Amino acid sequence: MKKDSWVASPFMLWVVLFTVVPLAMVCWYAFTDSTGAFTLANIETIGTYWGYLKDSLIMGAVATVLCLLLGYPVAYVMSRASWGTQQTLMMLLMLPQWMNFLLRTYAWMTILENNGLINTLLGKIGIGPFHMINTKGAIVLGMVYNFLPYMILPIYSVMEKIHKSLFEAANDLGANRVQTFRRVVLPLSLPGVITGITMVFVPSVSTFVISQMLGGGRNPLIGDVIERLFVGAAPNYNVGAALSLVLMVLILISMAVMKKFDDGEETGGLMM
Amino acid sequence: MFLYAPIVVLIVFSFNQSKSRSVWKGFSLRWYENLFRDHNILEALWTSIEVAVIAAIVSTVIGTAAAVGLKKMNKGLRSVMLTLNNIPMVNPDIVTGISMMLLFVAVFGATGLFRPGFGTLVAAHITFCIPYVILSVMPKLNQMNPSIYEAAQDLGCPPLKAFFKVVIPEIMPGIITGMMMAFTLSLDDFVISYFTSGSTAQTLPMVIYSMTKRRISPKINALSALMFVIVLTLLVVINIRQIREATRKRNEKFSG
Repeated sequence: MKKDSWVASPFMLWVVLFTVVPLAMVCWYAFTDSTGAFTLANIETIGTYWGYLKDSLIMGAVATVLCLLLGYPVAYVMSRASWGTQQTLMMLLMLPQWMNFLLRTYAWMTILENNGLINTLLGKIGIGPFHMINTKGAIVLGMVYNFLPYMILPIYSVMEKIHKSLFEAANDLGANRVQTFRRVVLPLSLPGVITGITMVFVPSVSTFVISQMLGGGRNPLIGDVIERLFVGAAPNYNVGAALSLVLMVLILISMAVMKKFDDGEETGGLMM
Repeated sequence: MFLYAPIVVLIVFSFNQSKSRSVWKGFSLRWYENLFRDHNILEALWTSIEVAVIAAIVSTVIGTAAAVGLKKMNKGLRSVMLTLNNIPMVNPDIVTGISMMLLFVAVFGATGLFRPGFGTLVAAHITFCIPYVILSVMPKLNQMNPSIYEAAQDLGCPPLKAFFKVVIPEIMPGIITGMMMAFTLSLDDFVISYFTSGSTAQTLPMVIYSMTKRRISPKINALSALMFVIVLTLLVVINIRQIREATRKRNEKFSG
């Protein structure tokens, strides 16, 4: 049977060529200068970009927390609804995702603009106008709007698998609804929460589209900086690669921390 | 409500007579007419479809073969390959995009071959589609009863024929899901295309992006409205069929 594994070789070749080699090149560019000589200068310049990096991490974190606060109850309600309702809600949730996310973000542009829909409507009743577009709030809103389903889906799919008998058992043992939720649903849903958090946090931190469209380039995030360094007027692949490397490492660290937190919670749950 | 409000606004204003995106000036279809006269958009739409079809087919073939091969592989190598397979899914799109851009630019710079454009775009799309194909085929392979493949061989069926006659039909649902995912992911992708397409090829999302940067034309609204309606129709049809199927299975399970 072992000899059949050769059919995976095109895949292995592909992965090496288009995943491993490119990542190796990111590392190589990050540690060399424009002549190809080894240098740590690119990594050292990252200090000057710390502000963007910090902004991205904070806004990504805020968006993730908001998604969790909004998404968790939705996932819970969905998982407890009847089969047909679950399917319908699922479809309603997924439908907007099928529209390109550039278009969805563009829609918010037209709503939040200074002479956009909200301000026009408010103007009719004599309030405003409020300045909403090109603010950090608008960017966070864009992140929450675009990535909320990524939070709801994993939590829902974990909750949906919680067997009904567990609720009955908790009920039989005298737990009220709050206790059942805290002792049964919450611990069992944690893996979904962890997945959801990564699925929202990673694209939020690394976005450059949302910050450009809803932030008007006035609140550049780390994604914008990287994008400029690669396709801008004065490209610098070396610094860009160094920043990408840092972004990648930061995300890996935060995912490892989340995973550790998850494991810790699980053993903690068992000990109770 | 929160999810749909922006889309409704977008669609309503695609029928607006004036260019304004906040003041209603009367019903008109002029933006739709303009849309169909815009060669840039139509060409980009065609590029998007071509890329998505090629990427879906190639990634499905490579991915399905990979899933079959990975199952037969020894454990150590398999877990290494599965970790590598996860990289494009875990990495931020921007990092995947720029890493491949570095490769394509370097290869072109060194050899003068493979100028970044349609070809590199397709290669990039295949790369980020393969993981999803593998992940949708693998579970089907694991569910499959291995003895039916052995039985076919015991009955004198040559291995290759047994594979196509027995294994492929068994894992077909996974293959189709994977292919559909690859197709839609490819069609929808902006970030990776943006970095890997050079200056010669443009997909629809790339045109949309450059249009929103100039933020002028309600043609975008018209385009979104059209795309939304097309997707809506497709999904409703597929979903109704699936729900019916699932409900029937559920009913059978509970009554039988």
